[in-house]
Amino acid sequence: MSELLFKNARIIDPARNIDQIGDIAVADGVIVDPGKLNSPEVIDLTGKILSPGFIDVHVHLRQPGNTTAETIASGSAAAAAGGFTSIVAMPNTSPSADTAGAIEYLRRIAAEQAVVKVLPCGNMTKGGKGEEMAGIGSLKSAGVVALSDDGKCIQDHGLMRHVVEYAKSFELPILDHCEESTLASGGVMNEGKWSVLLGMHGIPGAAEELIIARNIIFARQINWRIHMQHVSTRDSVDMIRRARAKGIPVTGEATPHHLSLTDENVKKFDTNYKMNPPLRTEDDRQALIEGIVDGTITVIATDHAPHTETAKLVEFDHAPFGIIGLETALPVCFTQLVASGVITVDKLIPKLTTGPAEVLGIKNYSLAEGNAADITVFDPQAEYVIDKSKFRSKSRNTPFDGMTVRGKINLTVVDGKIVYREGC
Amino acid sequence: MQWKRKDLLGLYDLSAEEITFILDTAAEFKKVSERRVKKVPALRGMTVVNFFVEPSTRTRVSFELAEQRLSADIVNMQAQASSLLKGETLLDTVKNIEALQVDLVVMRHSATGAQNFIADRLKCGVINAGDGAHEHPTQGLLDLFTIREKKGGFKGLNVSIIGDILHSRVARSNIWGLLKLGANVTVAGPSTLVPREFEEIGVRVCHNLKDAVADADVVNLLRIQHERQNNGFFPGIGEYASHFGVKSSTFDFMRPDVLIMHPGPINRDVELAGEVADGKNSVILEQVTNGLAVRMAVLFLVAGCRK
Repeated sequence: MSELLFKNARIIDPARNIDQIGDIAVADGVIVDPGKLNSPEVIDLTGKILSPGFIDVHVHLRQPGNTTAETIASGSAAAAAGGFTSIVAMPNTSPSADTAGAIEYLRRIAAEQAVVKVLPCGNMTKGGKGEEMAGIGSLKSAGVVALSDDGKCIQDHGLMRHVVEYAKSFELPILDHCEESTLASGGVMNEGKWSVLLGMHGIPGAAEELIIARNIIFARQINWRIHMQHVSTRDSVDMIRRARAKGIPVTGEATPHHLSLTDENVKKFDTNYKMNPPLRTEDDRQALIEGIVDGTITVIATDHAPHTETAKLVEFDHAPFGIIGLETALPVCFTQLVASGVITVDKLIPKLTTGPAEVLGIKNYSLAEGNAADITVFDPQAEYVIDKSKFRSKSRNTPFDGMTVRGKINLTVVDGKIVYREGC
Repeated sequence: MQWKRKDLLGLYDLSAEEITFILDTAAEFKKVSERRVKKVPALRGMTVVNFFVEPSTRTRVSFELAEQRLSADIVNMQAQASSLLKGETLLDTVKNIEALQVDLVVMRHSATGAQNFIADRLKCGVINAGDGAHEHPTQGLLDLFTIREKKGGFKGLNVSIIGDILHSRVARSNIWGLLKLGANVTVAGPSTLVPREFEEIGVRVCHNLKDAVADADVVNLLRIQHERQNNGFFPGIGEYASHFGVKSSTFDFMRPDVLIMHPGPINRDVELAGEVADGKNSVILEQVTNGLAVRMAVLFLVAGCRK
């Protein structure tokens, strides 16, 4: 296998507390001592930042079921273009990824066609319906890294408790879409000033907060890891902060869109601002940023949710929830959080690397010698305009098209192989 | 001033000057409606499609009459009769309508913003005949027209809108129009149907009928829909009527010259007692008459932009 030598990069490796200019060497798919290379391809990365490959714990690949919107191949190519070397595939495909067979299918297609690591996530319940527990042991044997009913939420608290207990015995973390359905039902945007002014059916923050409270209680009683997907409100952040301070094993993720946009955007009726949970208020957005700053929120995840233009080009009420995010995550977060001066870049990188690795129980996710050479390189100075027509994703449902951003992915390396290269 | 908008989507978008211009134009058309020959050739040779993706009787009839009196050619489309049921998207349906060289589409839709969505993508004019709980601009304008006719103006006028504000497009169009023209607006009803968030735009929110009507120059009652009761917004029609319904005894604490309005259809003896609906303070049927003049004005102005 080819050898690579990345020279003069600013290496940020959070797990080893490294932030320095230096070189990284790759041979046979792993990171090695630069002195051991024979005739490597040398890539000069002066002015660029090199880190462990980004991990996205929340991606919808739509295969099987809706391959017009995305496939494992196109979604993984989009991931590579966004600097992600591992992505966790949500199980709400059609049919659902609730059996060992479905997971084996995903792994086979991924092995043949994906350019990044596609980590399967299995359903907690059969069909993600929240009624009967899925074959969690078989899913584990088939290779799932986590469990989720994403897109839906188990409303039966007794069943949820059993799922958490059972998942613990198989050491599978729970990634929960926190949404109480009687409060959220029928809603299309955040319940608040803008839903009232626009006359739209709102989804109150309480729909999320009730389930986060429930999950914190179960995580404490059962002492097992529950990760709250796409946290969107101030009270949710507060509850997770208090729980973590008590040592309860809960984590939370924020999406780039919840960190950068608010519900006021809905007033133009552009369905690229329709997602679930909905964009919240400026106060909620600030709370998420505070959570990022103080370490309450340890993960940035995209909730990459491809939908065709046909599906999205309809009345706001009738449009599906969700936007794509893999190819805009780094620039949007860098622009919103780092270029704006909220945090320094060394505080952003862990949210995309060690934070998600910890959720999945991956130990020592770093650039240490001997580790898999999963590497991301980006230019923190490059300024450009997001152009959705250039996306690798099959879908274009993004609110960020035309936005001027800073921070451009230059290089994505998976197991020592360059899977994306642009501008270096 | 000159009218410059190809669409009328809501009163939120309009300036006070534009609203006043529509009302002034409507006043001229009202005179036409009082003549023996009520038809004018203003829209002769133009085609208007009334596209109702939500059932409506009175708004549709009012628009249709207004179009006839302006000499337009008219086509009526109901949702049930349209291709939407066959799985065609709304955008495809209206693009097909436009391809028939239609000049104006008057549209009602159950989804908020549906008209905004299509207006951005069509060259023909779009008039909103009600979208979700968002706006019903011609109803708002006819209410404003009626208030102006009876009270002379809006500055400092106290207008109370009572009922299911949360689900009402009539309330929203009224609120935007009244605020722009300088009236003081109160919204009232049970707190489940009257969100506090309206305070953020300078509207007084109250949950007590007496407080709501005490200083009101105008009381505009909204229809209470029985389905809201099933969704748990309030315990029952009887309880609503006894706490928020306007009846003869409400006059004990209302101004004697208060204007009683209702966009219809009325639930008699629920939000409004029959004797008040039919009483001397009521201008409910005049609202209907004025609606025709207001819709003629809107059609005329928007169509004028097509030249």
